[in-house]
Amino acid sequence: MKAVLLGATSGMGRALSRLLAERGESLFLLGIPADDLSRSAKDLEARGAREVGWLECDLLQPKGFAGALERADQALGGFDLVVVSAGLFGSQERLEADPEFCQKLLAANFANTVAFCEEARKRMLPRGGGTLCVWSSVAGERGRKPVILYGAAKAGLTRYLEGLDHKFRSEGLVTITVKPGFVRTSMTEGLKPPPFAGEPDGVARQVLRALDRGTPVVYAPPIWGLVMLVIRNLPRFVMRRIGF
Amino acid sequence: MERASENFEAATASAALSRGLGRSYGDASLPASPADVVANSRRADRILGFDPGSGVLRAEAGLSLRDLNRVFLRRGWASPVSPGTQYVTLGGMVASDVHGGNHHVAGTFGEHVRSLRMRVADGRVLEVSEQTEPELFRATLGGMGLTGHILEVELKMERIPSAWLYTETRRVADIDDLVETLLESSRRWPMTKTWFDSTQRGPGMGRGFAVMGRWAEAGEAPPQPPLLRERLSVPPLPIGLVNALTVSVFNKLWFHSQSRPRAAIAHPQAFFWPLDGLLHWNRLYGPRGFAQYQCVLPIERDTRVVRRFFAIMTRRGCPSPVSVIKDCGAEGRGLLSFPKPGISIALDVPLRGERTQALVDALNEIVLEAGGRVYMAKDVLTRGTHFRAMEPRLPHFLEVRRKWDPERRLRSALSVRLLGDDV
Repeated sequence: MKAVLLGATSGMGRALSRLLAERGESLFLLGIPADDLSRSAKDLEARGAREVGWLECDLLQPKGFAGALERADQALGGFDLVVVSAGLFGSQERLEADPEFCQKLLAANFANTVAFCEEARKRMLPRGGGTLCVWSSVAGERGRKPVILYGAAKAGLTRYLEGLDHKFRSEGLVTITVKPGFVRTSMTEGLKPPPFAGEPDGVARQVLRALDRGTPVVYAPPIWGLVMLVIRNLPRFVMRRIGF
Repeated sequence: MERASENFEAATASAALSRGLGRSYGDASLPASPADVVANSRRADRILGFDPGSGVLRAEAGLSLRDLNRVFLRRGWASPVSPGTQYVTLGGMVASDVHGGNHHVAGTFGEHVRSLRMRVADGRVLEVSEQTEPELFRATLGGMGLTGHILEVELKMERIPSAWLYTETRRVADIDDLVETLLESSRRWPMTKTWFDSTQRGPGMGRGFAVMGRWAEAGEAPPQPPLLRERLSVPPLPIGLVNALTVSVFNKLWFHSQSRPRAAIAHPQAFFWPLDGLLHWNRLYGPRGFAQYQCVLPIERDTRVVRRFFAIMTRRGCPSPVSVIKDCGAEGRGLLSFPKPGISIALDVPLRGERTQALVDALNEIVLEAGGRVYMAKDVLTRGTHFRAMEPRLPHFLEVRRKWDPERRLRSALSVRLLGDDV
């Protein structure tokens, strides 16, 4: 596989990129800042990646997406996997109090991620497709009090990815939506982990299996699939009462 | 407050202490006061370079030995020194200046460290080595994180013929046999360690077995590299399962399971890190927990001190399922490195309040009298007065610490207990 990864320097993206490196894949890292990318590139080379390139690309600057993917295409000689694990997180309280940050988060997690995926799709479809693997969240499954704004952006992203998979899978473009529940990463640092919190390594292993099989939706850790089945089916008056 | 981040350098900016996986038995990685910020390195675990020609590796301080082994054993490289668990970070291995079963030939981990990138107390980030800052470098090896935050470690790895071990196991009848076997086998084997039955008193006191080992040659070893994995996990238990009765039964069974001398090809996990196969094994001790106690006794003048040590230990009752003796080689260059020539004894000590404190006090009296010392990485019960009396190198260390951290901004629960820092 020749993979472009946006957000591979931290958390679950870092864990997945290491598994790809151990399989000897060719990787191209996008993200910020440059120093972080170059250190991760060295790490992935030492762990067995065939070749690792990198370029600065900020999820908040969509104008740079086309150029960045063009460079990645040239460096890898055509990629067949795009992974987007980058995103922003903010608590509901912070997002309510800080409209500027709220705008940023909504743009990054929805509009800009969609723009990036569109650029990737346009490149992969004409040469027969490939795999697009994007991190959404279980927070997008229902409108929930603790994550209204973050959840809304992820809900939009989930629906976009679902549509993409329906439309283009027959043409060779497989779309995989990763929906993590609580995973212990620096994004969730300081939050109290629920009983079945996951680790980045475990999630990465699940995602790698999904990449090999083309599984369209991955709940990680798997128990969240069951939890969300219940949550999705709760009547509105129950949702209104519980603080989940 | 604890702060874990992929950007460890930023996380250390206002931290009073840094820590890795938090597996030390003692209080070295605990904050001096709840208000202190502790930077956690476990997410800063990138390999920054490896030269297959020279074996020199540079990595962020949070890289675990387990991860290092996963990447490098199959390529024919190993850490030059392996402590009793893989759940330890490079930074932690430097700060504790860890040793392993090959101490008499390889020395401590610090002997293989070439350079460190550190944030010192005034906030500067420096490259520290024997050439640039020899005093600070030596104080940091075994310095328990009190000289600065270790950000990156550069070390020389060991080339190995295979990732498996050739081992020989032999039973020893009593304490004299144990010490003699250990000293004799150290002359012929790069790795030696012994296990003894800590519940056995009287003539059989100190009985157990010795394991000798070396990396297996390519022809002796299975062709495939060994898999590293956890096998079983212990759930949280309401009461401890470790007591005088269970340990006595376990120790007898374990002793008799090794009835004949035997040679075998061993998995590195079985040899170096037997407890890593059982995840959360510490839960066997129940909610009250346990500590470890490890000391080194110089025996060149008098081997009877080991017998006196054992007599106190068995009389006072210390049901320790994991009791390990090995011999130490030369003292390391770290100003507070633990090992010195002699016999090192490690015990598990279930925590039982005043009784346990009294046991450790009594053992420390023997250590002090014999000219030995305790291992700070495992200690939680030694008194400051005992420690200061055991450690003639302490004034030198404190002088270096005063120079780099005059206000004692870097501190831990251990530095409060043993070095008299303010809370």
